[in-house]
Amino acid sequence: MSARKNPMDTKLQENPEKRMFRIPDLRQGIKRIMVSEYFVLYLSILWFIVMLPVIPNIASSRNLNNIFDFIWPLLAVCVGQTLVLLIAGIDLSQISVIGMTSVIGALFMSNRIDPNVLSDSPLWGTVISENGGIMANSMWAVPVGILMMLLVGSLIGLINGYFIAKLKMPPFMVTLVTQLFVYNLAIFLTKSNNIIGIPKAFTEIGKGKIGFIPVAMIITIVLCVLSQLLLSKTVLGKWIYAVGSNVKASVVSGVPRDGVIMFVYAFSGFCAAFASVIYSGRLEMGRPTLGQTLLMDIVGATIIGGTSMFGGKGKVLWTFFGVLFFVLLTNVLNLFNLDTFTINIVKGLIILLAALFDVIRTKIQANDTKVEKAGA
Amino acid sequence: MSEYILQLKNISKYFFGVPALKNINLELRKGKMLGLIGENGAGKSTMMNIIGGVIKADEGSMVLKGEEYQPDGPGEATDAGITFIHQELNLFTNLSIEENIYISSFPTIGRLPVISKGAIRTKTRELLDSIDLKLSPDILVEKLSPGERQLVEIAKALSSKPDIIIFDEPTTSLTARETKKLFELINKLRDQGISMIYISHILDDVLNLVDDIVVLKDGEVTDKGAKQDFSIQRMVSSMVGRDLEQMYPERTSKPSNEVVLEVSNLSQSGTIHDVSFKLHKGEILGVFGLMGSGRTEMARIIFGLDPYESGEIAVDGKKITKSSPQNSIRNRIAFVTENRREEGLLMHSTILDNIQLVSLREYAKTILKIVDSKKVTESIKDVVKMLKVKSGPVEKTAPKSLSGGNQQKVVIGKWVMAKPKIFMVDEPTRGIDVGAKYEVYTILNQFASEGSGVLIISSEIEELIGVCDRILVMSKGEIVGEFSASEFDKERIVGSAFRQNVRC
Repeated sequence: MSARKNPMDTKLQENPEKRMFRIPDLRQGIKRIMVSEYFVLYLSILWFIVMLPVIPNIASSRNLNNIFDFIWPLLAVCVGQTLVLLIAGIDLSQISVIGMTSVIGALFMSNRIDPNVLSDSPLWGTVISENGGIMANSMWAVPVGILMMLLVGSLIGLINGYFIAKLKMPPFMVTLVTQLFVYNLAIFLTKSNNIIGIPKAFTEIGKGKIGFIPVAMIITIVLCVLSQLLLSKTVLGKWIYAVGSNVKASVVSGVPRDGVIMFVYAFSGFCAAFASVIYSGRLEMGRPTLGQTLLMDIVGATIIGGTSMFGGKGKVLWTFFGVLFFVLLTNVLNLFNLDTFTINIVKGLIILLAALFDVIRTKIQANDTKVEKAGA
Repeated sequence: MSEYILQLKNISKYFFGVPALKNINLELRKGKMLGLIGENGAGKSTMMNIIGGVIKADEGSMVLKGEEYQPDGPGEATDAGITFIHQELNLFTNLSIEENIYISSFPTIGRLPVISKGAIRTKTRELLDSIDLKLSPDILVEKLSPGERQLVEIAKALSSKPDIIIFDEPTTSLTARETKKLFELINKLRDQGISMIYISHILDDVLNLVDDIVVLKDGEVTDKGAKQDFSIQRMVSSMVGRDLEQMYPERTSKPSNEVVLEVSNLSQSGTIHDVSFKLHKGEILGVFGLMGSGRTEMARIIFGLDPYESGEIAVDGKKITKSSPQNSIRNRIAFVTENRREEGLLMHSTILDNIQLVSLREYAKTILKIVDSKKVTESIKDVVKMLKVKSGPVEKTAPKSLSGGNQQKVVIGKWVMAKPKIFMVDEPTRGIDVGAKYEVYTILNQFASEGSGVLIISSEIEELIGVCDRILVMSKGEIVGEFSASEFDKERIVGSAFRQNVRC
């Protein structure tokens, strides 16, 4: 601030009235809040406070629990999407990975399956039967089931990554096709039916608590912290940012571009499967259509957090703020008893506003550096 | 009316209290050309931005054609008859020549919102004829050479019938022949009465081309006068504020006989053919060639960025079997690419992120590959100090806010971190100022004296003669000449680059 004394002083002497309004200070303050990385968090808090008198219900413990229940699984998927956006990609297949891995988990873990519901399934008699899934009633059913879910999720992501990195296909196209393919495969395997009979040990991950703290919260936060450490502390993390900032320069600098891309998409699939563990546990079933309505929430929340769609800019923490804001917003709309269409219209508008804010913030930051450069 | 078409009177500009321009007085004579020189950061761009209406001066006034001139935005500057030719071309490569020229003011059919194709075609043809560019108006710009694009840019400028054209480093991406053509055109425009301001780091060109010269240093005019009174020596000393005895640092060491890089019969159809040479430890080897001679392609192949069909590359006598950038880095080969914006820098990341990128793996020995950020930051600070990078804190400053010379130092720093024994640099001093050039040469010298082999690709022959022990000449993908220091002769080297059949 002291550095700009010189011209400011001369200007203020010319227009003494200006000094009284202190307009520059207020403007500087707003600017600083807008470019702050906690901007979305401030926005969430503001939203909460403004809504409190309108719907006091928002602060009831039941509603707060409800809000956080929504946050954790969505956050897990968004962490994966964050990494994909960091390398200037996009993963549209996550929603289908959620449904597919939900089915996969049930195929392994279910203890009893109703023949009336699933005897049409192509897997009937081989993989599943009236006695349940592959590992029905085994003590290893839950760990193996979860492992298979995560494995299948990562594998689908890896296939995406292979097509994008090695065959140089556009991520939008590849993941859109994967979304369609995986979704319909899950429907085909189950004839669009839900698989019930999931062991209690599994459903506890989605619904259970250790003391006051939900299990879903603990494991999601662990995932977030590990992801952020990966991004900020490891060689791979630096490579991810580098590939997102400038692919050509990264390749010249010896960054294994293809490996980085394949890892990121595999990780994105992993995160979707991770969320699927929580979602499926809450539903107590394997559901092929699970996650299908989430695409806008995933991409929207991640972008609201401030992760750039053009790559190279983003953090897990930002995504957390984005998810928090998005869930709060949805929650309020729900409390107003609005119908789904209205909710989605408002959500869409908010995502648009978030994108607009991103543009403005980038502009402010760019202007600041331009001035610095010219002044140097 | 006075003899001046544009006058700047006591112009000053501050950014956050830091003066970028101090009391600038400058006159552009009608129908004449003014050369504006100065190191990067001397205030040239700020001054041009004020003239072009991009920013406003804090103090002082401007007089254009005898009237007070206070442009409010670039549009008003264009309307007042001032146009720019920028260093980075602002053409849309996916559009045709005619569409580029009329992009901001398409003529329409009557009052309908429909472009009159016929009108822009005839007008474009007239414009292209007037600058002797024999191209069809409907060719896409992406199909044009950099030189042709520059001429299209000029045609675009001429379409607004300007009184003043400002050129900012127009020759950086042009070959010698294209540059010559551009200069002929510039002289023709002057004969037509157009006044021009020419900004360039290539002092020879400025001296040959302009009528008057103004030298800027640290936001002040340190020297000005008629061209006849100026010599290169005087220009340089006014620019850097001290006498620069030599443009090139003294070599302190001699190359050894040990070969560090041997390339034999390297071929790739369409780019290079049967390229063989040896690079010795402690040697600075220059590669001279025109654009498209295969010099950059050769370096890319050696570094493993592009494939090759036949031939052999050996480092320290060991044949390279699998060629990739990762392997090259493991073999301690460095490659500073010619285009630092596109292939050199992460423009929006920090200097720290840029410099550590190549050597990350060496600072992460554990299985989890966690980077020892304390150690890496220390090493980077050493490198930044050694290279004299002028910047804010390395953890916060992004390369996009640095001058060209400092950006190049960041790219070089990235490779210095990797301690290379083969240092390949492609056009290392393009678009950077005299002082920074000298520093880049010093760094390369230092590497040679420590026993590394240095390979410099350049289209500036003076530079190669100034710093190299030996020069190879490439033309049409082949090595057509080799000159050792005692045989250096500008005419012969350039001649062999143009005529493939003259073997030396």
